[in-house]
Amino acid sequence: MGGQLGDHLHVEGDSPVHRLPAHVKLIGLVVFVLLVVALPRDAHLARAATLAVAVIVVALTRVPVRHVLSRLVVETPFVVFAVVLPFVATGPRTTIGPVTVSRPGLEAGLALLVTATTSVLMAVAFATTTSSRDLVRALQHLHVPDRLVQILAFMVRYLGVVGSQAQRMKVARESRGFAPRSVRSWPVIATSAGALFIRSYERGERVHLAMMSRGYTGRMPVTDPLRATPTQWGHGLLPGALALVTLVAVVVS
Amino acid sequence: MCNKHVPVRKGSDMHVPDGFLDAPTSVATAAVAVAGVGLALSRARRELDDRTAPLAGLVAVFVFAAQMLNFPVGAGTSGHLLGGTLAAVLVGPWTATLCLTVVLAVQALLFADGGITALGTNITLMALVGVWAGWLVFVGLRRVARSAGPKVVPALAGVAALVSVPTAALAFTALYAVGGRAPIPLGELTAAMVGWHTVIGIGEGVITLLAVGSIIATRPDLVHGARGLLSARPLQIRTEVPA
Repeated sequence: MGGQLGDHLHVEGDSPVHRLPAHVKLIGLVVFVLLVVALPRDAHLARAATLAVAVIVVALTRVPVRHVLSRLVVETPFVVFAVVLPFVATGPRTTIGPVTVSRPGLEAGLALLVTATTSVLMAVAFATTTSSRDLVRALQHLHVPDRLVQILAFMVRYLGVVGSQAQRMKVARESRGFAPRSVRSWPVIATSAGALFIRSYERGERVHLAMMSRGYTGRMPVTDPLRATPTQWGHGLLPGALALVTLVAVVVS
Repeated sequence: MCNKHVPVRKGSDMHVPDGFLDAPTSVATAAVAVAGVGLALSRARRELDDRTAPLAGLVAVFVFAAQMLNFPVGAGTSGHLLGGTLAAVLVGPWTATLCLTVVLAVQALLFADGGITALGTNITLMALVGVWAGWLVFVGLRRVARSAGPKVVPALAGVAALVSVPTAALAFTALYAVGGRAPIPLGELTAAMVGWHTVIGIGEGVITLLAVGSIIATRPDLVHGARGLLSARPLQIRTEVPA
């Protein structure tokens, strides 16, 4: 698939994480992140331990480090927020070097930074090892409402198609001398967005007719159901189990 | 070809990450999201009948692609569309809710953008509040300006889009007041969030206005929000060939 839209996180590979069935990975991911979020604010050591778990899982995927790091840019706005937090929050003050900051703000900023990084790493580990087709099968297997799964399936199927269409429109604009520099270029880009909507909608109508002519009745058949062995479940839920142990240790101590 | 390489997804300022709100708030907003999306699933049938899945899927791709169009503001910075109100005006609010939900799910699960446990929060803020605040403002204004015909639809959509962005920011502030993890003075947080998102909302409003305007000019039948207004146009039979 061409175009930058189709080029999502998935990286082909044959690591232990790649081999786990998608629904096991998805459940494992949700359980792990939920437990990490449930850690109390001042449990910094426990949070660092969960970060280590996430780093190990990412390492197990054998995806190039550069690829993983380039995906962490989605975090940027919240790194900024976490840095600003100690300065804007209220509560008792504490002094670090030349600056005086809010202690709860500092703790919350640190907690946010580590939690967000942990969960983004885990989500990257999921996304790099799961193809969009497998994600659709996993959601189907987990009984997410059929219509929602279908919308998602059509979306990931046409992501690359519409993405390269948008790219071609961009090339067409620029080869006619268009350079988006200021607010004055907005009408052109907005008109392109309008044209892209009409083209996407009409493509949707054509896809629907093509599917009707092939016997589509509003449901997608499950041709190749996902299966998981107890061992695979064990592997998939291991990060979650480790996070649970840390949480229990924090609550007990 | 002189297109500079753009990163696949830049961090967007509206996606709540994991750990931003506490676990009970995340679970509660997830419940709200499930209820809202469940209702939208049953109602979207009326807007798109059995074509729902393929069409809503393609509209979701459009929203995703439109969010990646960069609108230069000047001085090297640029903004992008959020698209909630635009989608609601184009395909109706129920379908728009489903499209935005799927976009957010794909962003969280395939692009690691937006938290996994915060998916419910993000759906509540953008697919429910973002879409419905815009749609309700649009419907209210349309009722007032019904006599003006379809010409005013782009302007109404623009105003609705402008209002929807700070409304979603306000909803976020309310969630932060309940489940935020750091004590930030609420008055200042509200002022900063609403102020900044009103600026973003102006951009959203202008882009929505221009985009809806261009679609109404070429395919007015596709704009859900203009349906009731278009039928008022009588068929003209021209017997003379205009010079």
